[in-house]
Amino acid sequence: MSLLETSGLAAFYGDFQALYGVDLHIEEGEAVAIIGANGAGKSTLLRAIAGQLRAPAEHVRFAGMPIGSLAPSRIVRLGVALVPEGRRLFSSLTVEENLQLGGQCGRRGPWTLDRIYRLFPMLAGRRRRPSTALSGGEQQMVAIGRALMANPRLLLCDEISLGLAPIVIRDIYAALPGIRAEGTTVLIVEQDTSRALGMADRVYCLQEGRVTLEGAPAELSRERIRLAYFGV
Amino acid sequence: MAWTNIILQGALLGGLYALFAAGLSLMFGVMRLVNIAHGDLIVLAAYCALMVVQATGVHPLLSLVAVVPLMFALGYALQRGLLNFTLGHEILPPLLVTFGLSVIIQNALLEGFSADSRRLQAGALETASLRLGDQLAIGWLPAIVFLAAAVIIALLEVLLYRTPLGRAFRATSDDADTAQLYGVGIRHVFALATALALAVASVAGVLLAIRTNFDPSIGPARLLYAFEAVIIGGLGSLWGTLAGGVILGVAQSVGGALDPGWDILAGHLAFLLVLVIRPRGLFPKLVD
Repeated sequence: MSLLETSGLAAFYGDFQALYGVDLHIEEGEAVAIIGANGAGKSTLLRAIAGQLRAPAEHVRFAGMPIGSLAPSRIVRLGVALVPEGRRLFSSLTVEENLQLGGQCGRRGPWTLDRIYRLFPMLAGRRRRPSTALSGGEQQMVAIGRALMANPRLLLCDEISLGLAPIVIRDIYAALPGIRAEGTTVLIVEQDTSRALGMADRVYCLQEGRVTLEGAPAELSRERIRLAYFGV
Repeated sequence: MAWTNIILQGALLGGLYALFAAGLSLMFGVMRLVNIAHGDLIVLAAYCALMVVQATGVHPLLSLVAVVPLMFALGYALQRGLLNFTLGHEILPPLLVTFGLSVIIQNALLEGFSADSRRLQAGALETASLRLGDQLAIGWLPAIVFLAAAVIIALLEVLLYRTPLGRAFRATSDDADTAQLYGVGIRHVFALATALALAVASVAGVLLAIRTNFDPSIGPARLLYAFEAVIIGGLGSLWGTLAGGVILGVAQSVGGALDPGWDILAGHLAFLLVLVIRPRGLFPKLVD
């Protein structure tokens, strides 16, 4: 049984359809990347899995359980945590309070404040600062830490490199092996294709709300990816 | 000495206004809901206390043991069963619904208790005072009201800044959609905010009813004082709300000393003056 499975997942923003029957599966312990151009539906897919967009229950299964129609606050308790696009830290909370809030859903597991500060040592000295006072990279670390504090089985990361300097992106991606070492399954949305191919066991490419390519990075030629990415 | 006395009495009265305002401020802070029925809910709490006192004969302050949990439960149910459905991107629905609620509460109280003005009898506490000098004395009751306001505001601060629930309140206030991603059930959190707001309002209602006469129509004026205290203090700051209440109380007290007809007017003028000088209030915390 796959940890996560979507079958025929469709998603709408009002009358606008953003996903057209997406089928994907992720096994426990895998790292999977979703690539695709702007507006391909990558973020929408993560939002639908996390419950921010409702779908028919059977369209999303987590550990065999239909979760498509559940509220996000229920889904996180089952073990799916999203690092949202644009970080979305709570501006009136300190760094540590943001992390603590992530832990409030009550799941037990390896991730505690201490573990987060060991994963991202830069945050330890800034724990009492307002989250808005941090640099973009540090804010992204807080956003990842906040999601990890929920001790998810499946971590969803939406464009964690967006707007950051390459050296900062490298620091953030350097944390992923440590996260995976805890047995956490990772699903990442990434615009930077080479970054995605470098970290993932498997890659899905989305184009206009449909899966156009799927496979292990080694099996995929640049040409096939380019075709799946742009459709030309 | 006379002026010292007037200012002191006004400041103590400000405690009551801060109690009116704290619940209003909490609800607005957590869910941006302006509760037009807040004043009427304060009056409703006063009538609940009246019924408890009449039924059991206990001291009015002791009636809080029953009234506070009752109003807490009512607040939870009200938010969960009605007000949650008014929240969304539009600002008008909650205003309209709580306005309707205000009308309903006033008329229901009128139906149940008539328009006669009532009072909670607190015996010796009403007149007992503490002499501070030759011509200066403070009543125990106003002192208790002020202390209650300070203690309740301190407790709310602890709740907001030192507890998981307070964190959830503030996170929800910042970004409700994202708070849900981390397990915060916002409908429950909103309901708890309203429950707490009404618990505080019930303390305000009982102290009001010991201090002065009340009847079913006085709610809207209490709402107005509460608004003024919140705005003077600055949105989002509970200690600012206490300061706002004190400024309002002192202005009314000084106005009333100059001419007995000027007390309420003086309070409103002080409010306008603060709006002109510091449009965002004295200690604003909220950014939007």
